[in-house]
Order: sequence, then C-alpha cells, then structure tokens
Amino acid sequence: MSFPWAQAYEPKTGLTKFLDERLPLPRFVYNAVGAGYPVPRNLNYMWNFGVLAGFALMLQIVTGIVLAMHYAPNALVAFATTEHIMRDVNWGWMMRYAHANGASFFFVVIYLHIFRGLFYSSYKAPREMIWLLGVVIFLLMMATAFMGYVLPWGQMSFWGAKVITGLFGAIPLVGEPLQIWLLGGFAPDNAALNRFFSLHFLMPFVIAGVVILHIWALHIPGSSNPTGVEIKGESDTVPFHPYYTAKDGFGLGIFLLVLMTFVFFLPNFLGHPDNYIEANPLSTPAHIVPEWYFWPFYAILRAFTQDIFFIPAKLLGVLAMFASILVWFFLPWLDKSPVRSGHYRPLFRKFFWFGLIPTMLVLFYCGGAPAEEPFVMLSQIATAYYFLHFLVILPIISSIEKPQPLPYSITEAVLGSDKKPVLGENASPAV
Amino acid sequence: MIRIIGILAGLFFALGVLWSFVTGAFTAATEGFGEETAEHAFHEHPLDLELSSDGPLGTWDVPQLQRGFKVYQEVCSACHGLQYVAFRDLADLEYTEAEIKAIAAQFQVPGIDPDTGESVLRAATPTDYIPSPYPNAVAAAAANNNAIPPDLSLITKARHDGSAYVYSLLVGYSAIPEELKAEFPDFSTPPGLYYNRYFPNLNLAMAPPLTSDGQVTYEGGSPTIAQMSEDVAAFLTWTAEPTMAERKAVGWPVLGFLLFATILAWLAKKQIWSSIKPSRKD
Repeated sequence: MSFPWAQAYEPKTGLTKFLDERLPLPRFVYNAVGAGYPVPRNLNYMWNFGVLAGFALMLQIVTGIVLAMHYAPNALVAFATTEHIMRDVNWGWMMRYAHANGASFFFVVIYLHIFRGLFYSSYKAPREMIWLLGVVIFLLMMATAFMGYVLPWGQMSFWGAKVITGLFGAIPLVGEPLQIWLLGGFAPDNAALNRFFSLHFLMPFVIAGVVILHIWALHIPGSSNPTGVEIKGESDTVPFHPYYTAKDGFGLGIFLLVLMTFVFFLPNFLGHPDNYIEANPLSTPAHIVPEWYFWPFYAILRAFTQDIFFIPAKLLGVLAMFASILVWFFLPWLDKSPVRSGHYRPLFRKFFWFGLIPTMLVLFYCGGAPAEEPFVMLSQIATAYYFLHFLVILPIISSIEKPQPLPYSITEAVLGSDKKPVLGENASPAV
Repeated sequence: MIRIIGILAGLFFALGVLWSFVTGAFTAATEGFGEETAEHAFHEHPLDLELSSDGPLGTWDVPQLQRGFKVYQEVCSACHGLQYVAFRDLADLEYTEAEIKAIAAQFQVPGIDPDTGESVLRAATPTDYIPSPYPNAVAAAAANNNAIPPDLSLITKARHDGSAYVYSLLVGYSAIPEELKAEFPDFSTPPGLYYNRYFPNLNLAMAPPLTSDGQVTYEGGSPTIAQMSEDVAAFLTWTAEPTMAERKAVGWPVLGFLLFATILAWLAKKQIWSSIKPSRKD
C-alpha cells in the first residue's frame, strides 16, 4: 500500500526476523490484510462481502475436496455414490449439504458484492481493473456452479446440462459440431460427466488465482468507500487490523448463522426435487429450470421468442444472455459521471432503485417460473429495461445529471468537519 | 465511441425483445392464453400431513416407522424396491439383529451359487439392499402396462411436498367427478389407469394399493386406509433421509455455538471501534 502513513511492519521475534530476510510472508500478510493496510474509516456493512466471498470460496474448496474422495464421476454410479455420501459416509450428509448450500450462499454474497459495486460505482477509475477481474471471477463461478450441479447426475443435472450445452448449438455453422465436441457425444453422458468433474475440480483454483489478482489490484488504489470521495489524509483511514478484521469477524458470524440454518434445517429448500430422481435421457421433466442463482439470466435467454430477419430467436436469446453479463465489462466507460456514490446522484439513484432492482427481481421470478404467459411477457419487458438501463440510461444520466455536493473528505462526512485531530492518542484500539 | 456502440447495442437487444413481446401480446390478445385443461383445473395440491419428523425439532416416531415398514413390506414391495436402503439400516427402526436377519431372509436377491457359479436367487442378508421385485426395467415395464414402478428410496425428496404427496396419492383415488365430466366431456381415464386428483395429469398407472381398512394387520387393531397411508408416508420420509434426526440434533449446538461466537465478535467489534467516532453518514 502506498499511503505514506501506513504502519510499517517490524519483525520482533527471532523467527519473524529470520523469515523477513528470507521469505517475508508475515510482512506480506501484514501489509495486505493487517495493520499495514489503511482503509477508509467510514465503510458500512456492504463492504463485508469481499471477505465473505473469500471465505465461501475456501469453504467450497474444503467441502468439495472431501466430497471428491467419496464421489465417482461415472454415469452408472454417480447418483448412487451421491446417496452413498448422504447415507454411509461419516458426516457425508453435512459435507454435501454444506457444499450445495455453500454454493447458493456464495452467490448470495457475490450478488450483494456486485450490488455494492453498482450502487457506489466502485468500478470507476482508478478501480476499473478490480471490477473487470471481478466480472471474470463471476463468469468462472457460473461455469463452476453449472458443472457442479451436473455431478449428482439427477434429472435436473442431466436436462440442465442438455439445455445449456445446447446453447452452443445455436451458433451458426460451427454450433452443432462444437456442441458435440464439448459434450464428447450427442447428449450428456459419461464423457461429459467426466470432463465436468475434472473441470469442476480445477476451476475453483483458477478462481482463487484471479481472486489474488483482484485483491492485488485492490491494494493499488485502496478500498473505495460510501462517500466515493478518495482518501485525502491519515484521518480518513483506520488500519485494516484490528478495525476491519473485527467488523468482518462479526459479519462472518452472521453469514455462518444463516448458512448453517439452511445446512441443518432447510438443506433442500434451494434445490429442486427432480434432482433426487436419477438422470433419465428418455424422460423429460415438465419444467427444466437451473439453480435459483441463474434464474435472471435464464429469463433473458427465454425472453427472445421471435426471429429478427436472418437471426433465429434461439441465437438472439443466447447472445442476449451472454451480453447481459459482458455489458458489465464496459460499465467503467459507459458511466462517465465524475461522482461515484449513488448517495450523491439523485437521478442515478431513482433509476437504480425503481428501475434496475425491480427489473432484476422480475427477471429472477420469471426465470424460475414455467415458460408460460404472463411470465414470458413480463420477462420480455424486464429484459428490454435491463439492456436500456446499462447501455442507454446510464450513459445519458451520467451526462445530464447534476450531482449533489460532495463532502470535502471522508473525515468531514463522518465528523461534520475536517479540522479536529481524530486519530490522536485515542486512536489505538482499546484492547 | 464506446458509449455510441453501447447505446446501439442496447437498442438492438431492447427492440429485439420488444418485438417478441409485441408478437406475443398480439397472439395473446387474438387467441387468449390457451385453453383451460382438465389437468390444470382439477389437479389438487397435496393434503396437509403432519408428521413427528416435521419442523426443526422433529424426530422419528419409531413405532410409526415400524408400522409404515409393515405396510411397505406387505403392500408396496410387491412392485417397488428401496435400492438405497439396506436391511442393516432397519436398526434405526429399533429392530434387533435377529429380527433384521429374519426380515431380510423374506426377500430374494440375485446371487451366485457357490458350488456351480450359476446365477441364482438367494435369501437376502442384512448387508443387502431392499430389492425391486423385478429383475430389470424391461420386466418391470412388461408387468405394469409399460409404467415402471419407481424405486421409493427417495420418493419423498423427489416430489414437491414429498410426504404429503405420497399420503395424498394413496388416499386420493376416486371416480371421475361429475363437474369434470360436465366441463371437459373429452376427458377420460384410459383402461389400466386410475383417476387420482393429486397426480399431475390425473390418470395414474398405479392401481389403488390400499383398498380396504385393515388390509395390513397392526398389533391390536385394524387401521384405516388413511392411517396406513400416513404410516407409509412417514416410513418413506425416513428412507429418503435416514440421517435427518442426526442432522437436526447436530444443528442446534452448531447454531448455539455460532450465536455465542457472533455475540462475542460483535462485542469485540464494538470495543475496538469505541475509540473512534463512528460513521454517521454513508
């Protein structure tokens, strides 16, 4: 971190002095998530979700590795080994429920993290790279979660895999051969299950790698904050440790309380009953739906029912679904308002709360509903607004909007004035 | 430049999907949302069923599970297997080792004659899984008018409102209601199928398995169809997740510990931040 007032690491014991001259890992940790990282003093609880996402990723890796010790990625026995984990493996039911619900809550945390970024425009300069890497992490997560859902080899696993890989078939000319090559066959079978398992095991480590880049990029400009005003001096910051380690510890407690309530008391609430029926290529479920965290994007996929000239509706749906996430990559350049925080942007705030958020809720609901009226028509209106919001409304309001006056500094926002010395002798934590 | 391309792309997708909307709305306006079907109008949600295993404190009612197993053994097992439940698992139902051996011996499973190596049927042992009565899916289909009786191990997890669904299906057989005949004269129940208002398409291939009170003899009484249905639904709730009681029992101390730890974390956070004026404005 480059703030000149950042506390400097001083090795005290013989071991840390020895390490510091050879492999300064303690220094690295101290500067990354310790007292050596100055953070804005005014972060609210929306800033907890980065740490929680990191925790959720580790939880998925740990439970996943244990599950992989007992699971067999073979179409003949995959479903049976999943039940073997549930019934015969010691604590297997807990591992599997923690992994399945852990995935859901990983997405809950990530969606709140993205929501924070959108409302406070954390994507703006100089933090574009953090945002871009974040979108990459989200895409990797979607791929990982999709392949993980195939592994129990239930009915929704199979038919979900068939529908999603079928999307590649919509690509002109190369679509069909590409789909067969990706699946290793004409429909999902042993070849697909095996490669999905292999990739599902690999991708979390790829995600962990991109997470490191994400945090590295974060440490160049430092964390943003609810006012969107950059750090001006020492009185604007507190050291990450112990202030934010303590705050994140409390957030982690709340997160675990919610997650464990689902694991132990509502373990199948977020799942679909059909996935407790073994995959059967000859019997199509009445309604094929993905996991809840994909519903908004599934609604966009299904919203396109009419061809436009030579472009078939299916291809339009696939393009729109991918575009709905790819558009996030361009946000830092679409939203040119010099003000970051939604708190000081009256017009942006209106469209955010009364446009984007209801749209996402409608898309979410329609994506989980059967492809019938009125859900299709609702999702079509919502899809139109979704694209208009990011690609048309956001660029326009960022040029015409008159932002409200910003505080001079974070300190002024917190204390009402930036004159008093705040981090005097009382600044050290009372522990 | 990026914003001009963005606005064009945004308009393309928005107008494209609105074109779909307009066509769909036009179809709906001229043709309506499609005709009402008998399945949609007369299919009913499962009845309410209260089991002792419900809720965060719920646990097994072992005598009920034993009664349910008896119903399964005497009625359901004629067509349905429990391929993920081993006879040894019946120890959860408080059967003794000797009783489990005796129960297993009543079932035949495929084996190999140790002297000749030929495929034979042998009496099951506690380590075997409760078999389907049919040697394979083709035989199951042939014996049941092409409808394969599903394995019941996971049936209460594999249906919405699982236990209530099983219970409702067992008590839900009836003749086709007069109102249905009046509203949908074309609706019929083909031969070999049975009208059941809790089955999604109303025509179920399973013949009514419980037809008279006292069909299964309970110790000290003759149960009603509803009683037997409830007991077997409870039993199949157990087969779907034998670890449920353990799960809930572990859950409470876990939540208790986490609550304690979270309160401590909150107090620590409060104390650490007390030396700094807290943020008023976000």
